[in-house]
Amino acid sequence: MEKETLLLELHFPSRAERLQAVRNEVRETMSRIHSLPCDVDCAVIAINEACMNIIQHAYGAQQEGKIILQIFDLGDDLLFRLIDFASPVDTSKIKPRDLEDIKPGGLGVHMIHEVMDECRFLKCPEGVGNIFQMRKRKTRNPEQ
Amino acid sequence: MYPVRKEGRFTIIELNGEVDLYYSPKAREQILACLNDRLNLLVDLSRVEYIDSSGVASLVEGYQLARDAGIEFGLVGVSPAAMQVLQLAKLDQVFPIYDTVADALEGRRAGVQG
Repeated sequence: MEKETLLLELHFPSRAERLQAVRNEVRETMSRIHSLPCDVDCAVIAINEACMNIIQHAYGAQQEGKIILQIFDLGDDLLFRLIDFASPVDTSKIKPRDLEDIKPGGLGVHMIHEVMDECRFLKCPEGVGNIFQMRKRKTRNPEQ
Repeated sequence: MYPVRKEGRFTIIELNGEVDLYYSPKAREQILACLNDRLNLLVDLSRVEYIDSSGVASLVEGYQLARDAGIEFGLVGVSPAAMQVLQLAKLDQVFPIYDTVADALEGRRAGVQG
């Protein structure tokens, strides 16, 4: 069993105007553990896109709810968990789209899969809507 | 509102800061307004510190609208942060990208020799 060290737990409303502050918190947290810039960028991109999906698709334009972001240090890996309280989403419909088909929407899921090593929805306890978990292996610092 | 200027045959919209789900509707509105007025358009991304998929979607929509209408559309001075996201979405080979406005005026794309 891997030891999970909680680096950040952030509770925020599902509003687009809060995303900048969330990205800043993620950058600060990753810098605190001396993450390389490439890992910081990957975390910021994936967490932002996953939050957007919750705001736009899980809660949707008609409702607002709470989002919880957790970041864990697993030693060699980092774990990012996003929890919402919306209705459970149909995970079979969430797929990266074919990039050959150039159109405005649907890029977020592709971007998450590109920058993370693993992503999946977890089974939710009573009262929770969705738990989306992303995992990334830390890039080794060549100077260490 | 993002700053807009004219240079030669181009209207240039200068996006800046973090173009995310909150700010991208404003960028989209300005891009589509210029194209609806049939203005040849460059979107300057040199001062963009972050752009997410909603910001990129606004650029794709503009590119497609311009292409279908026979209007010139391109990106200029793409910042490293913006280029990282365009490359992730594999759109760096789709958009006409120019290093400078002078290059765009001469039709000299970034990374293309000669």
